[in-house]
Amino acid sequence: MGIENLFLGFEVAITPFNVWVAVLGIVLGTIIGVLPGLGGANGVAILLPVTFTMPPTSGIILLTSIYWGALFGGAITSILFNIPGEPWSVATTFDGYPMARRGEGGQALTAAFTSSFVGAFFSIVLITLFAPLLAEVALRFGPPEFFAIQFLTFSSFVGLGGGNPIKTIVAILLGFILGAVGLDIVTGQLRMTFGFNGLMTGFDFIIAVIGLFGIGEILLTVEEGLRFEGTKTRMHPRVVLDTWKILPAYWRTFLRSSFIGFWMGFKPGGATPASFMSYAFAKRFSKHQEKFGKGEIEGVVAPETAAHAAGVAAILPMITLGIPGSPTAAVMLGGLIIWGLQPGPLLFTEKPDFVWGLIASMYTGNIIGVLMVLAFVPFFAAILRIPFAILTPLIIVVCAIGSYAVHNSMLDVWYMLIFGVVGYVFKKLDYPLAPLVLALVLGDLAENALRQSLIMSQGSLGIFFTRPIAAAITLFAIFIFTLPIVSRCWRRLRGLPLAPPAPREI
Amino acid sequence: MRAAEIITASVLGLLGGLVIADSLRLGIGWGTDGPKSGFFPFWLALIMVVCCAIICFQESRRATGTFVEREKFKPVLKVLWPAVLAVGLMEWLGLYVAAALYLGFYMRWVGRHSWSLVIVLSLGVPLATFLIFEQWFLVPMPKGPLEAWLGY
Repeated sequence: MGIENLFLGFEVAITPFNVWVAVLGIVLGTIIGVLPGLGGANGVAILLPVTFTMPPTSGIILLTSIYWGALFGGAITSILFNIPGEPWSVATTFDGYPMARRGEGGQALTAAFTSSFVGAFFSIVLITLFAPLLAEVALRFGPPEFFAIQFLTFSSFVGLGGGNPIKTIVAILLGFILGAVGLDIVTGQLRMTFGFNGLMTGFDFIIAVIGLFGIGEILLTVEEGLRFEGTKTRMHPRVVLDTWKILPAYWRTFLRSSFIGFWMGFKPGGATPASFMSYAFAKRFSKHQEKFGKGEIEGVVAPETAAHAAGVAAILPMITLGIPGSPTAAVMLGGLIIWGLQPGPLLFTEKPDFVWGLIASMYTGNIIGVLMVLAFVPFFAAILRIPFAILTPLIIVVCAIGSYAVHNSMLDVWYMLIFGVVGYVFKKLDYPLAPLVLALVLGDLAENALRQSLIMSQGSLGIFFTRPIAAAITLFAIFIFTLPIVSRCWRRLRGLPLAPPAPREI
Repeated sequence: MRAAEIITASVLGLLGGLVIADSLRLGIGWGTDGPKSGFFPFWLALIMVVCCAIICFQESRRATGTFVEREKFKPVLKVLWPAVLAVGLMEWLGLYVAAALYLGFYMRWVGRHSWSLVIVLSLGVPLATFLIFEQWFLVPMPKGPLEAWLGY
């Protein structure tokens, strides 16, 4: 049954228009990934209005292609400029930049792109196999189960996200509160508008994404003093082929990193820890550990494979449960709602051409992507040589266009600036932005699930513990939520030194 | 750093207080058809206020540091205030004219690029934007007197 559907999907994905959309998306995405201040999430957010006039399937193909492009673009800046464009590219700089300094930039980039492709491909195959099954299970979920899954989503940010867990909680709550502003669709009452008409429609998370990640990131980059000292690189077809000859020897690393990536990735906020974990494992199992950090090709392969496997895996909960695993997936989810599709398990039965077109386009998009970035690396790298005084106002204008286009509202552009300043302050003070955005997106869904659950149980929270599936998820969520405290007590009990707080995810 | 932490946490805490007040107005209990409108925000805000208090307490015991050095903050402001001004101009002049002025001003003032480059880019970018968004993807942008004069 899966295979037929997949073929159906390919019929949708390989139409000339959709292939063209994928190519466009990958070019734009790679540029976005290379530029400072524009990452996957806000790149997708800015270009979301462009898809309003497209059929939904082409729209989602454009958005996912931008995402793949941004993932590829992150590797270019990490290796050639030692600037991780995204947090999950940090581990790629460890060995990628030394390789580029040694004049092996071509090898490093080939290894990075190929690993990205392998990781992504692995995850796509797993999604193809598991998504229909998960959707079928999820069809039997009621409001309590959905609320439990949302609780689990946010618990993983608190328990696994690193940093100060209290600040993570504050960020999540702030996201939910901002999401609740405006009209309450259940009772029809206005909430927290305090008499301002502008607040009636509430805060759109797309504006929040553009402001927090786009403008906030630019302010941070300026403060840190931007200096691009790139290494020159030439991509010779010979270099690519020679590197491809070495790479199969690292099949163990590929396989291990893909598994780590997929496993970490379908839970929220997994790409960055996955890349670090995969790097650490590769180093531990390597015969020449001393070479790591000095330009070992395996040190590029491991984090890139895992990061892409995780990035792709984040799509799985979005299409099956309607719960995004990353801010980028959250923006795509917002797109689905705007196109008039109901995200969640019903999508598989009601819109099979959309779902399978999306899944098939993940295959084609990644194949087109890896070929294009390999061919056009010098072009993409040249973007970073554009003077900063030109890039900054350009990016800000692009962000303003994106914010305005969502609702044709100037007020949104002002919100974007405010969110930008908030993003700058939050980033400096280590309040995580990803859970804030996810809470803003899921706010209404979570509240409705909670309300309906409470109506079912007549106000008792016990419903989350008496239904078997809900209970299992809730208990697991509570365990993850308390993980920071548990691990601290455990260490104290064993007399181990307290671990320094883990670095922030996003 | 400490001051910035405490101020931020206090502002967020105050925001939580506002939300609690509004939730109480809406009712936080059980209505005729399930929880009232204020139920969900009330609990969110209450936990947020508690968390902000904890952050204030944690930070007040920590050594102080600088949030941002004066020298490093200058470029940040240099990006921020022209952007605010540009958005203000957008209200009056529309996006295209405002973008042209903003791009030109910033490139000349911060980047000290040659006038020819400044003019080409500050006219070319809005024009390209117009063609891509307005004509190709049919996404309207805010317009001002110039566009009205041109008949758009």
